[in-house]
Formats: sequence, C-alpha cells, structure tokens
Amino acid sequence: MSKSFSAIGQAAQGEEIDREAFTPGIEPQATWCPGCGDFSVLKALKGAMPEVGRTPDETLLVTGIGCSGKLNSYFESYGMHSIHGRSLPIARAAKLANPGLEVIAAGGDGDGYGIGGNHFMHTARENHDMTYIVFNNEIFGLTKGQTSPTSPKGHESKTQPHGSAKDPIRPLSLALTSGASYIARTAAVNPRQATEILTEAIEHDGFAHVDFLTQCPTWNKDAKQYVPYTDVQDSEEFDFDVHDRQEAAEMMHETEDKLYEGEVLTGRFYIDEERRSYGEEKRSTGEMSEEPLAERYFDAEADWERSYDLLDAHK
Amino acid sequence: MTGEELIWRIAGGSGDGIDSTSQNFTKALMRTGLDVFTHRHYPSRIRGGHTYVEVRAADHAVKSRGDGYDFLLALGDSFARNPQDGEAYYGNEEVKPLTENLDELREGGVIVYDEGLLDTDEVEDFDERVEENDWHVYPLDLRSLAREHGREIMRNTAGVAATAALIDMDTEIFEELMADTMSGEMLETNVEVLEEAHAEVSEMEFTHDLEVPTGSHNEEQVLLNGSHSVAYGAIDEGCRFIAGYPMTPWTDVFTIMTQHLPSIGGISEQVEDEIAAASLAIGASHAGVKAMSGSSGGGFALMSEPLGLAEMTETPLVLVEAMRAGPSTGMPTKPEQGDLEHILYTSQGDSNRVVFAPGTVAEAYEQSREAFRVAYEYQIPVVIVIDQKLSGELASVPASHFDREPNPDLGSVLSEEEIAEAPHHASGTFNRFRHDPEDGVSPRSIPGQKDGRFLATGNEHTPQGHIEESPDNRVAQVDRRTRKLESIRSDLDDKEHSNQTYYGPEDAEHGILVWGSQQGSVEEAVDRLNEQGESVKMLGVSDLMPYPKEDVTAFLESVDECLVVEMNITAQFRGLTQKELGRFGEKMSSLLKYNGNPFEPAEVVEGFDIQVNGGDEPPTAQTRIEPAAGD
Repeated sequence: MSKSFSAIGQAAQGEEIDREAFTPGIEPQATWCPGCGDFSVLKALKGAMPEVGRTPDETLLVTGIGCSGKLNSYFESYGMHSIHGRSLPIARAAKLANPGLEVIAAGGDGDGYGIGGNHFMHTARENHDMTYIVFNNEIFGLTKGQTSPTSPKGHESKTQPHGSAKDPIRPLSLALTSGASYIARTAAVNPRQATEILTEAIEHDGFAHVDFLTQCPTWNKDAKQYVPYTDVQDSEEFDFDVHDRQEAAEMMHETEDKLYEGEVLTGRFYIDEERRSYGEEKRSTGEMSEEPLAERYFDAEADWERSYDLLDAHK
Repeated sequence: MTGEELIWRIAGGSGDGIDSTSQNFTKALMRTGLDVFTHRHYPSRIRGGHTYVEVRAADHAVKSRGDGYDFLLALGDSFARNPQDGEAYYGNEEVKPLTENLDELREGGVIVYDEGLLDTDEVEDFDERVEENDWHVYPLDLRSLAREHGREIMRNTAGVAATAALIDMDTEIFEELMADTMSGEMLETNVEVLEEAHAEVSEMEFTHDLEVPTGSHNEEQVLLNGSHSVAYGAIDEGCRFIAGYPMTPWTDVFTIMTQHLPSIGGISEQVEDEIAAASLAIGASHAGVKAMSGSSGGGFALMSEPLGLAEMTETPLVLVEAMRAGPSTGMPTKPEQGDLEHILYTSQGDSNRVVFAPGTVAEAYEQSREAFRVAYEYQIPVVIVIDQKLSGELASVPASHFDREPNPDLGSVLSEEEIAEAPHHASGTFNRFRHDPEDGVSPRSIPGQKDGRFLATGNEHTPQGHIEESPDNRVAQVDRRTRKLESIRSDLDDKEHSNQTYYGPEDAEHGILVWGSQQGSVEEAVDRLNEQGESVKMLGVSDLMPYPKEDVTAFLESVDECLVVEMNITAQFRGLTQKELGRFGEKMSSLLKYNGNPFEPAEVVEGFDIQVNGGDEPPTAQTRIEPAAGD
C-alpha cells in the first residue's frame, strides 16, 4: 500500500491492536436501553477486531438506521451511518473502490430483511468481500415496537393489532439461496461464540452474513428470549457438514422453525471457502484493475486517460 | 431547393437498423465537410412501430432540426410482417413510413420508397399530394436488391446507396465507414449491395434538383451525442466509478461509461435498483473515488433519499437526470422538461444541491466536467440535467473541443500529512465537519488514511460527525452547509467563461429565455427573427441552482419583454426565475410545448410573433402561450 493509505496494513507491520482502540475517546452516552442486546454486538465486534488484526483507521463500518445504526457512535473507526436499509450498497462500493479496507455493514432486522431486502439478496448474490451483521430482535425498536419481518406469526403490535398474519422471513435460508458464502447465527447471550463468529466472518473472503439474535427488553418484553441456546457445533445432537449446501439448507430450515418454537440454535451454518469474492471475479475477468482504484487519486505518477484519445470512433 | 442544406429522413420500423444507418449517413456527410445534426423519433418498443431519424447537414452551423425536410427514404417495417406467412404482409404498419412522414416533407422534396414492402395504393391521396407538392418519387425494390446481392436486412444499405446516387455522393465514403464497423463476409456483401444499388439508381433519370451541399471544415470534427459528451466530461474530470440501473434515456450515459471504464482502470456496476445505484456512488466517493450515478425521472425519484444523504454527509456525488415525458413512466422515448422542480427540490429538509442543465452537445462536455469539479471541491451533490433530445441527438463538434487535460484532483481532500496538521478533537478524532470554514467547505479525509477517522451520518452531527441535536451545533452546521451555495455562486460568477449562453445582438429589444436542450432551436429562431427585422436576443440558462441571478437580472432589464421557452405545461423554469429574482413577472410570458416533440425553430418564431405582435392562440395545438402577469 502506498503512503496515502498508510493505515492499511498497519497491524500487519507488527503494530499491537488493543480492543480499547475501538472505543471512541468521546463516546457519547449510549442511547440503547438497559439490558439491550446491542451492547453485546458492540462488545463482540470490539473483541473481534484485534483477533482479525485490523486497526480503526483501516476499518469502515457502514450502518443503516435504527437502534442498530447507532453502533457507529460507540465504535471507533471510519464510519458511515447511512439511511434505512441502504448500508449494503454503500459498503460494497467502498470495498470495490478500496479493497484494502476492512468493510463491515450492520443494521437491524427491519433494515436488512425489510426495507433493504433487495440489497441483501443482491449483495449476497455478488458475494462481496465484507461482513454483514444483522441485529435480529424480531421487533422495530427505535420506532417503538412495531412488527418486523422476523416477528413471529401472530405477533401483536400497534401496527398488527389482530396479530401478524405473516410468517417471519427466513434470513439464513435467504442468505444461502442468494449466494452468501459464510452464514452464521449467534446470540447476544453468548458473547464468547459471538466474538468467535464475528472474527471468522470478518476474516472470511466473501460475503459473510451473521444473523445476530439480540433481545429487546423494552418492546419484546421477554429480555431472555434467546435463552437457553444451543451451539450446533458444540452439540452432539446436530451432525451436518457446514460446507455442504444441501445439509446446510436443511439445518437452516430446522433452525428457523425451531426459533419460533423456543429452541435457539446458533453457530456456523454454511461456509464456502471456494467461491471467489466479487472483487476477485471482477479482477479475473479484467472488469476491474488489480490496483486499488482509490490509490490512483493519490498517485502523482498515475496515468489518466483522456476522452480525446477515445474519439476515433466518432470521426 | 436550397444548396446550403439538406435534410434527409430515414423512416421504418424499430429494429430495422434505422439508427445505425442514419449514424453512418450522418458521419459520411460530416466527412464531406458539412456540419450535421440529427433528430430521433422512436417508439418505446424493441421491434416494429414507426421510427425515423432526421439528418440535417449544412455548410454552416446547424443547431437544431429544421422545419420540414427534403428527402424521405421510406423503408418498410419488416418486423410487422408475420414470418410464418413467408411473403410480405402489407398491413397498416407497413405503409406507416409513407403516411406518417408526408406532412413535413417540403415542396419539391424527394421520396425513395421500398416498393418491395410498401404500396402507395394504400396511402390515401398519395398521387394527389405528390402532384400538389411537386414531390419526386422513386419507387425502388430495395428488398429484392438487398436479397439479390446479400440479405434482406441490407435494405438500408441499398437505400443509402440510392440516396447517394440521387444527390450525387460518392459511395467510397460509405465503404470506408462500413469497413470501420464490419469485416469479412458481412462487409463484402454490404459493399456489393451498396455498389449494385448505386449503379442501378445512377442509371435512372432524375427529375429533382436536390443536391448535397458542399462544405469544408477548418478542423477535424467528431460526431457524438449529449450522452457521449456527459460521459467524456466525466472521464476527463477523473470519474472512474459509475453505478446504474437501465432506464431510457439515461441508459446511454451509463452504457458509454461502462464501455470505457474497465479499460481505463475504472469500475462500472449495474445494480438492483436506483436507490442502490446512488448509494454505491456515495460509497465509492466516500472511499476516495470520483463517482457518479444517474437515471431518468422515475429512477431519479428513487434516488431522492441517497441524494439527501450525500448532502448531509457532504459526500461529493454527481447524478445525471436524463428527463423524459412524465409523470410516472410517462413517455419513455419522448423528451420533456417536466422534471425541473423534481430535481431542484426532491429530498427532505432545507437541502442544497447544484443543478446544471447544458444546452448543447458541446456544452454537455464542459458542464459535466464542471459538475465533478464543483461536487468534489464543495462536497455537495451535483445534478446534470439533460433530456431525451439532448441525450440522443448527434451533432458535429470540433475534436479540439475535447483536447484538454484530465483533472483527477479529489478537491477538498487532505493528504495524511495535512491530516496530521489539521485540527483534531482532544480524543484524537479528526474534526471532519468544522463549524468555521468561511466558504462552508470543511476538508475531508478518506477511509484508510492514518488518524483521519470520522463518522459520516445523515443525522445532524458534531464536527467529529457524532449525532448531535443541540441548537447551537444545529445552527452552525446548517449555516455552514448553506454557505456553500453562496461560495459556489461566486465561484461560477468569477469564472472567465459563464455557463450561460448569450446569443443575438446585445442591444436587442426583446429577449428569449431558454434552458437545456431547446437552446439550439431558439438560437435558430433568433437568427430568423432578426433576419425578418425583429430585434431579439437569447439567454440560455444552464445554472439552475445556484441560480445566476445577476446574469438573468441584467438580461431581463435590458429587454422590453421576454419569452420563456420550455417543454412542460406548468412553466417550471419561468416559475423558478420569478422565485429567484422576485420580479419581472410582467415581462415574461411563456411558450410551452408538451406533446412529446421538441420545439422546432418555426414554432419559436411563431410564438415570439404572437407575444410581441399580439394575436390569438398558435395556429396549431402543439404549443401554448402562457401570458405574462397582468396581461
């Protein structure tokens, strides 16, 4: 990397990274409710970064809107707190523009599976090399408790007073059929696993989707909604190959059914280490240069083609 | 017939190669030393339907289509036939190239039609009209000619050869052009069709006196349209990232950029929708790359939210809005200037953006460059407004117009050395959104730069980018962002070359105000009016936001009355002018058109005549006069 982005690769040069580096010096008073699962995501993310070996200056965190979107305010890195549902298209372009960046996107279940559902599908399909953390608490929190795409069928709220007539979305299965190459679910109540999974997800070369079960003590009254949980990798009851698409699909279906029956299954559900990331695909077809595009703007020696040299076809 | 210009029209069905054939013909005329300009008319369908392209060539500058035309090459709509029937089916679609085009053919004009596909017996009063207008008709079995020497689809080539023979043009120039785009058997058979048809027609007896004018250029010309100009301006200003979703007529800019970007180190992304497209451009720009997106009316509507995010996070962004007739999906392939207010005011809050509307193909290049310069220096979204007309019309422009140095400068971005010197918060966070810059522009850092961390948020925020709703901070940030527009205005005013276009005698009594793609037609009308003894000048306004108050005030003060010409029913640009200047309501009347076709110069002449000399409604229902306040 050139001097213009000297933060990129800093850790690789032997610089120690401390999880405290990801705590803002001017941390605003967190506006999350006491007991909110979002604190656990923040903690797990801060724990994962030193494991991955990335510094705040080379990390770009892009969030959507809602309680989850505030993650940016409490996590020290480059950040963009964007608009509802749109974190993914912003994040993936930043990664294409500068592949040296560690790009992480985060948002809630309404943000990611509702308003941003189309972007979720297409980002997974393209397998961008980035991590997407969805804070899944089965409710719209910041807008004060409306039914979300992951709320269970029959869920009553001010916007669904008769109880939701809709089946909840199946985020893991959706990620799989869309093309995500790393799919996991973890829970706020399991900080050790959450940190491990986030570490793996960030290190994964491709689109890593983490459905992060977070309790909402205010609007989903049962603050312990994801306890007890089972780690499918730790349990002898579940025996499937995370690299096998078919087995993964079946396991995801079971997991998604069981969640609403009160049995919380977490862990890695699908890992495809073979599939090339979108950036690699684009580079291999010649559709994208090997050089990080953003670097060129700081390179005084770079050649800049002119339209005048493209005019032959018009003469 | 005038020896100064020739207007040739090729008509047939979409998918029959009308567009590419006309492009080659236009280029051939340009290569003979003439100035050229095209007008396209096509339906929103892939195959069939009535379509035509008009090519105007003259020994002097041509700025718009003419009024009427001289030469019709009427090809049949081959795709209207049912292929199962084997032989041609002469339905209504088939005679359209004749029926739909006759009204505008000038007296003494020439008609070449494909008698293999068209039957004049089916055209009402054809013979009477031919006689009445002194038209010269040459029925040719172009289809058989093409079949005999090549394939039926080469009817176009046969038609061009016939045209060349009739107006005494050498075929060599067409052969060269074909060789540029074809090779092998395809080239050989096309050349054979061309030569045979030319020879056959040359032997015929001609009754007309139409000729191709002669001209010569002092310098090399290139043939391109407004979309090319926008794309080339972007490339020269260092734009290397585009994201888009196809929508007519924006697709042209998108595809031109996509054809070039990968080979010059850039990135093009076709994505799932327009919200994503604009968001990707924001993401790339945030990461330190000059980026653009764009769409047409309906797609631009979806970009309203990302547009606001770019404004609030002060992320440079260039969007193209290639207007077509609305509302909703409107008329996909027809021009209108009805999106002006949508572009000026879309998105929530007291938001600021810059809007440029180039008036000609050549201006589109400069203003596209200007759009990127302003966006990156001032960290603000800039919208380039074009429309279906400007986007698709081909015009000859001196190649030297594009012979300029590229500018990859990222504008108000700091290097790592500068970041180290720049003010940081006590915590170590970079003060990205400082309250104090006089011009409103607080320099930014790029992710990956050491110690430049900040948060870009669509919420109101502190200098470090953290969400903050305190009254003092709010006022300071709003004031600063608003100051940018004033800075941009004085920057544009200080420039040696204004984006506004003045045309006609400086001391003229009357004025015409115009914006965007209608400028060329108005310039022609101004020439004709002055020749007729009127005293009139034009101001083509390209800066729509921030509005060039001084330029327009001076112009309006200098004239007795002013006609405002635009393609919409609600006189949006006149409304903007009155809002910005707060006066002149009594001086301005409007000439409006919204039938899906751009203004022809004669309509502007007629509208001016009604405004100045009084009179009733225009004789046709195609334009409308909206009187000045108090009239």
